[in-house]
Amino acid sequence: MANEIAERTTLRSPLGRVRGLGSSKSGVHHWWLMRVTSVALLPLSIWLIFSLAGLAGAGHAEALAFIGRPFNAVLLLAFLAAAFHHTAYGVQVIIEDYANSEWAKMAGILVVKGLAVLLWLAASLAVLRIVLMHPPASAL
Amino acid sequence: MSIMKDSREATMIGHRSDGTTIRRPLSPHLQVYDMLQMSSALSISHRITGVVWAIGLVFLVWWLVAAAAGPSAFAAAQWFFSSFLGVILLLGLTAAAWYHTLAGVRHLAWDAGWGFDIPTMYRTGRAVLIGTAALTVLTWIVLLVAFS
Repeated sequence: MANEIAERTTLRSPLGRVRGLGSSKSGVHHWWLMRVTSVALLPLSIWLIFSLAGLAGAGHAEALAFIGRPFNAVLLLAFLAAAFHHTAYGVQVIIEDYANSEWAKMAGILVVKGLAVLLWLAASLAVLRIVLMHPPASAL
Repeated sequence: MSIMKDSREATMIGHRSDGTTIRRPLSPHLQVYDMLQMSSALSISHRITGVVWAIGLVFLVWWLVAAAAGPSAFAAAQWFFSSFLGVILLLGLTAAAWYHTLAGVRHLAWDAGWGFDIPTMYRTGRAVLIGTAALTVLTWIVLLVAFS
């Protein structure tokens, strides 16, 4: 009977069990976000690769016209958001796997996240600038 | 439990299959595995192409910022991408991007619980490799048609 009781005991608090976040304190957040961004990036990156291939050798005006169209701008912004999130989380996993000391791991993760945010902002700002300052002659 | 005959056993010492001692890596890495299989090769390629695409993203940011900056900045960026080095870079980038995307779909299928048995895993692995080649060629056909 003591064995049955021992099998049923848990050291987790009731609140901890309800929250279900586990020892990482963020639960399945990282894993789930990778999946969500992956699914989002599937159509977005296929669109981006073929769109950029179609823009090969384009002049400045043609490129601006492409980015300036609201349809393309929206997809571009969505791609950038999903891509930088996905990349930051993915490189974080690589660093966690291979970093040799705790401080190297922490520094690596912070650098990657910082770079991702800065590059994301720079790219998104560029797209917004093009949309706002170079409106196409015929909208959409 | 075996009796440790050597004090080095207490530290992170591992052995290759032929007996040579190596310092055990923190995470399964190329130093330990001495056989390239569909499973391990495609897995590490997924990681490598992810890093390549991350670097490629930086080039995309450069292109977008150059387009917003003005004609001269954009012309410089287009000049680089149409140069020999730029073309090689874009070739590698498109191949890596397609591979990472297709291998990612394979991963999502695994997340859904499908395709774990060995024959299916080999079939999907081959599909990823063939698909990567096909889609890279298709992309470059589109690119060359647009360029001319």
